[in-house]
Amino acid sequence: MNELNRRDFLLRAGTGLSAAWVTANWPAILSAATHAHNAAKAMPPTKYEFFTPEEAAEIEAITARLIPTDDTPGAREAGVVYFIDRGLATFGLDDQKTYREGLPELQARVSEVFPSASKFSGLATEQQDAVLHSFDEKSNAPRPAFRARSGAQNFFETLRQHTITGFLIDPDYGGNHDGVGWKLIGREREHMFQAPFGYYDKDYPGWQPATKEAEKK
Amino acid sequence: MTVDQPHYKTSDEVDFAIIGSGAAGGILAKELSTNGFRVVVLEQGPYLTEADFTHNEIEILAQDKLTNHPKLQPNTFRKTPDEKAKPQRALVYGRCVGGTSVHFTANFWRFHEIDFIERSKVGPVAGTGLMDWPITYADLEPYYTKVEWEIGVSGLAGASPFDPPRSKPYPMPPLPVKSSGVIFERAARKLGWHPFPAPMAILSQARPGRSACVNCGFCLGFGCEVGAKSSSLATTIRKAERTGRCEIRPNSYVHRIETDANGRVTGTVYFDEKRNTHLQRAKAVVVCANGAETPRLLLLSANKQFPDGLANSSGIVGKYLMLNSGGVVTGQFEHPLNDYKGFAVSRVLHDFYELDPQKVGFYGGGGLDARFDFTPISFAFGGLSPGTPRWGKDFKAALAQEFNRTMEIFCHGTSLPLENNSFSLDPDLKDAWGLPALRLTYKDHPDDLKLGNWMFARAHELFDAAGAQKKWSFPAGEQQFAVHLLGSCRMGNDPKTSVINSHHRTHDVKNLFLCDGSSLVTSGRGQPTMTIEALAFRAADLITALAKRGEISA
Repeated sequence: MNELNRRDFLLRAGTGLSAAWVTANWPAILSAATHAHNAAKAMPPTKYEFFTPEEAAEIEAITARLIPTDDTPGAREAGVVYFIDRGLATFGLDDQKTYREGLPELQARVSEVFPSASKFSGLATEQQDAVLHSFDEKSNAPRPAFRARSGAQNFFETLRQHTITGFLIDPDYGGNHDGVGWKLIGREREHMFQAPFGYYDKDYPGWQPATKEAEKK
Repeated sequence: MTVDQPHYKTSDEVDFAIIGSGAAGGILAKELSTNGFRVVVLEQGPYLTEADFTHNEIEILAQDKLTNHPKLQPNTFRKTPDEKAKPQRALVYGRCVGGTSVHFTANFWRFHEIDFIERSKVGPVAGTGLMDWPITYADLEPYYTKVEWEIGVSGLAGASPFDPPRSKPYPMPPLPVKSSGVIFERAARKLGWHPFPAPMAILSQARPGRSACVNCGFCLGFGCEVGAKSSSLATTIRKAERTGRCEIRPNSYVHRIETDANGRVTGTVYFDEKRNTHLQRAKAVVVCANGAETPRLLLLSANKQFPDGLANSSGIVGKYLMLNSGGVVTGQFEHPLNDYKGFAVSRVLHDFYELDPQKVGFYGGGGLDARFDFTPISFAFGGLSPGTPRWGKDFKAALAQEFNRTMEIFCHGTSLPLENNSFSLDPDLKDAWGLPALRLTYKDHPDDLKLGNWMFARAHELFDAAGAQKKWSFPAGEQQFAVHLLGSCRMGNDPKTSVINSHHRTHDVKNLFLCDGSSLVTSGRGQPTMTIEALAFRAADLITALAKRGEISA
């Protein structure tokens, strides 16, 4: 089951488990993306452990369409490509094949759709999105008529999940460089908080038993 | 681990071998060792402590650091007994010292009087095995109170008009209210309902060696680094160790209970970390392995004398499983709730705990709670509003907009006990140790689904009263994944329709006791751990009395 099916299942089945269910059913491929805590604390390295620089440029270009840079930082600024690279070089050995086989398929697709282009990273962003939609079987966007190869779909889905993970993980664990992912969603970096927490509890006067008038309503 | 833990030899016949160190096992270990008995606790999982707990979502959640591992312990699922079960992850439980109490939400409702006498009150429900408990709420009340004071439960006595009687207030005030709780409380009161501060097994005030909750925001699914969550690890296990009579033996996977020619238990066979096999001798065995692994162990222990599995003369070991019905309705609001801060739940309501089947047209009842239990990554995969693109500019915009403005209303409800719903041994699939894998067979009773949808409608009303900008849910569907593992070796007076008696002793084997979610006769309204723990304190008193009277070894 891919992630969207899981989500559909979760919501539609009403399994009663909410986030517990989501987290208990994390895609197995995600687990492979982890890497050593000590490596994680470092700044993004300038050298790749798994990708060639050319491959890394392609991967980074894809991640930058999955979570684009606009008026706020995206996957590129979060150093997601480094997160994935180190993951594949350490705990993520099982996913190496997906990337090794997926990248050439992606390049083949690029040439198929845009014969004058040779590299994903060389396309205009609209063209890049068109290529990615052709891999994303769950996409609602119109996509080219041919069917994506299953290996390529798996590659796309793996990369999508790795990108989201690398963007939103606690910065202490090797992605989400400078906490840009958490800044985007509004999650503060601290791990200790005091009430009030948000807009609706800031003026809470404290627990009051229900009044008789309220009871009558 | 403390230095004064004893190290029993496997050839030492200890007084009690306890299998499992979770909510029930921790309490039995603490109580029985405190009462002077020599105890070995055999725990499948590793001995992790606060220093091992992190907020690394990949390590803790995706790699199952605290829970059963789907690759090592695969499962199968089918809806009905005439189907062939297919491999599928079917359940999650805590697999470390402290068990599921390490990573749970810590919602800590007591059951109400009705839960124990529902069969008498609403009558039989055709086609189900609904029956009364052999004990009542009054029998358990002192033990509910004991749980609250022993492990530390925060809450406000008297805040809910539907609460059952209690002999003592909570030992500490409720945790702070979250924005989700304030929204929930105000809207519920507009509707004439009775929200109240959630009782939580999380400290609002420090206790020796344990911090009060620091509201870190990584609660459900994670172990608590500051000992604020009142897990067995943070509470009863430590007290058991301090008696000097209790050994916690982690990485010990019990897969067989041995019996002698007289049909008495003599010890337990387990794999150690290196998969060497040992037999721990014991005068009596208490199985607290959870509602899936407890029946599995009994079935794995079948032998010539007990061909259908140990303590299974009734044939119902593993059956009448209940998972609790329910589901989630999600809402979004104009301003930031920042509900990722803190623990999951701060307000609950029990107005619908006891519904009249004549009026609503189905059996059951439930509770609602206000919560947010996503992490940043799990939210990106499963928390965004329906129709949100999976990637790209609009996906990113939705993350920014929705993470802090989302809350959930969790609808918790009853499940009816059905004989077909069960945990059993898969005939084909094996785990990494070569043992038959757990097979889940489950199909919700139609009333459970009706109840779910009825509760969802109440949650929608609440979100309307609260002025939610968006809200959504999906119709209640049949479950195929288990977290609450209840009723699979249930308690009763009749050996034909139950596995254990009201003392938690199996009807068939005099020195074999079971105590965990499998003991429950009804499902309650969704929060079983408090009742499992109250049962464990009660069982410890009863087992102690039996042992002191010489009625176990005789």
